[in-house]
Amino acid sequence: MSALLTVDHLSVRFPIRTGTIWSKIVGHVHAVDDVSFTIMRGETLGVVGESGSGKTSLGLAVLRGTEPSGGSVTLAIEGRSIPVTSLDKRDLRAARQHMQMIFQDPYASLNPRMTVRDILSEPLVAGAGKGSYGSRQQIDALVVDIATKCGLSRDQLNRFPHAFSGGQRQRIAIARALVLRPALVVCDEPISSLDVSIQAQILNLLAELQQTLGLTYLFIAHDLAAVAYVCNRVAVMYLGQIVEMGTTRQVYFTPKHPYTEALMSAVPEPDPDAERRPILLSGERPDPAHPPSGCRFRTRCPYATETCAALMPPLRPAGDGHLVACHYADDLKLRGALELRGGTEAAVQTNG
Amino acid sequence: MSVIDVPAATTKSRRKIRRPDLASQWQLMWWKFKRHRLALFGIVVLGLFLVMALFAEAIGIGPPGQRDTAYVAGPPMLPQLIDAEGKFHLRPFVYGVKPVRDKVSLRMTYQVDTAQIWELGLFVKGAPYRLFGVVPGDIHLFGTDKGFIHLFGTDFTGLDIYTRSVHATRASLGVAVVGVLVSFILGAAIGGAAGYFGGLLDDLVMRIIEFIRSIPTLPLWLALAALLPRDWSPLATYLAITVILSLLGWTWLARTVRSKLLATRQEDFVLAARLSGCSDTRIITRHLLPSFLSYLIVDTSVAFPEILLAETSLSFLGLGLREPVESWGVLLFAAQSIRSIDQAPWLMIPGAFVIVAVLAFNFVGDGLRDAADPYSRS
Repeated sequence: MSALLTVDHLSVRFPIRTGTIWSKIVGHVHAVDDVSFTIMRGETLGVVGESGSGKTSLGLAVLRGTEPSGGSVTLAIEGRSIPVTSLDKRDLRAARQHMQMIFQDPYASLNPRMTVRDILSEPLVAGAGKGSYGSRQQIDALVVDIATKCGLSRDQLNRFPHAFSGGQRQRIAIARALVLRPALVVCDEPISSLDVSIQAQILNLLAELQQTLGLTYLFIAHDLAAVAYVCNRVAVMYLGQIVEMGTTRQVYFTPKHPYTEALMSAVPEPDPDAERRPILLSGERPDPAHPPSGCRFRTRCPYATETCAALMPPLRPAGDGHLVACHYADDLKLRGALELRGGTEAAVQTNG
Repeated sequence: MSVIDVPAATTKSRRKIRRPDLASQWQLMWWKFKRHRLALFGIVVLGLFLVMALFAEAIGIGPPGQRDTAYVAGPPMLPQLIDAEGKFHLRPFVYGVKPVRDKVSLRMTYQVDTAQIWELGLFVKGAPYRLFGVVPGDIHLFGTDKGFIHLFGTDFTGLDIYTRSVHATRASLGVAVVGVLVSFILGAAIGGAAGYFGGLLDDLVMRIIEFIRSIPTLPLWLALAALLPRDWSPLATYLAITVILSLLGWTWLARTVRSKLLATRQEDFVLAARLSGCSDTRIITRHLLPSFLSYLIVDTSVAFPEILLAETSLSFLGLGLREPVESWGVLLFAAQSIRSIDQAPWLMIPGAFVIVAVLAFNFVGDGLRDAADPYSRS
């Protein structure tokens, strides 16, 4: 397996301005801070973390939906490497056919004034590769093909988005992302605005499409069960940084970072009688414009020491491809998803 | 209420089945608009005004500048169907009038002469005119063969108020249409630039708009209108007034365009279009513009009465359009003095035209707003 996406020291900073006419930049919000990872072809990398941890900014920066302020993103397509972050506007438009995004809210991501057919054919007729997809009939055939693959029928194509339910809209959004046959798809919380009963359908559809079309996913979510279900590897983000990364099994069952442990204790328990012992973090998430010194998690970490305040822990190997950013990763005895729920049986279904 | 009723009902009106799932935004808007009775009524009234403006020569009775020395400051002559003896006439008629000098004030007054019956007719031959300046014609909507008819009376110089009001529709609605059009272009361009480019330009434009809006409008109009040279031709004044009104009127639209642009720019579907490789031009024309065009149309329809009233106020104060141009404001200018209200209250009839037109525009604007609002239920 070869690497499809290489993200190297990627940062996204948003300036904080004051004043009305002569605005002054008084600081920066570090939405994504020095993040590096690779995704193999055909793999799904999950990104989890609480709200505001920079998951969505990371996904957008990879696609240059927002401009990264540092670092590089490289896409390896057909033996060619595309330096996404250094492309000019024209080349970037052309490169977009290789990388697409599925949005969180299917009510906001579809233009209410276009029919499904127009929405699905737009990337073909208006993208950088327009004209190379053949006649209108051929384009329509591509649209019908991808719509069918996503579970939409041909006669639904003439309708407008307002005629569809949330789950169907998300199918349309997925079809739009896939109509260009991209290699990489960034799924930004694709199921979190859907009904629970629909979530499984969409997850299965994504998994099925990955098989048939050979897709690679960057799967952003805060639903840990869903991430465990679809992801091969998982990265845990806190305040713009990756604090732990490894296979789903490693991260879920043998977490090495105290934040991951706290996250795992928050996985919902399907059995109402089961005893739950969630780890409640004290304090608030720090202001991303003024992150704490040293380890960013130290203000809420039950194990924090003076070292944590002084030194920022690097993301370092902890054996078997498992990476963790904690000074005490080797010393702490942390509980995984299994122990946290009494260690009885594998309630968490993993894909890793 | 069985389920079986449904197919029967639908087959009956097969051609009228509505498929909301296949309807575009504009179709949905039209369906909603059609249910707004007042708005439909407003549309009809505006249509009538449009016809009036286009065919003023044929709808009026004679040339608007023709003075009737036989009937100066005469009261409105109402068409009647039943005469003084209680006899019913199939054809409407007006009684003749004879001038009488008032013994006290020595003014000429007119007495209804029931002996004379002037029958009215539709599409009668009358004074020749040229429609649109080219098409010759002499047919008038209504009139009388013998005597004369002054439906709304005459003013102190003997001009027919009905004919002049009809002709004034042209200038009044013309100023409103041109003014709104110029405001629309200015507002869309300036607001669009501010919203799209943002930054310093946005700040600058917004401060200028706040400044313009903070100036009391009437004194400003007066000042600008007073700057117009008195020796300009009526047409030049007319154009200048339109430009003045729209130079101050664009601010509302610029604000709407800017705020809508800022809001829609953040929409996921716009980002999705960008991520799928669409060009800026396509994003603006296919995604941004259509999503707030309906708001612009609503705003524009609401702006019509404002400009119409502005022109009327200016002309009423004597600083807008002037004789011999006819506009409703110019006609109302004659109704300023106590003398006219006392002796010829019918000089205020053109005011009714203004009220009807403004109400019609407001009803239509209301209907459009309801139709464009996806959350309104009616």
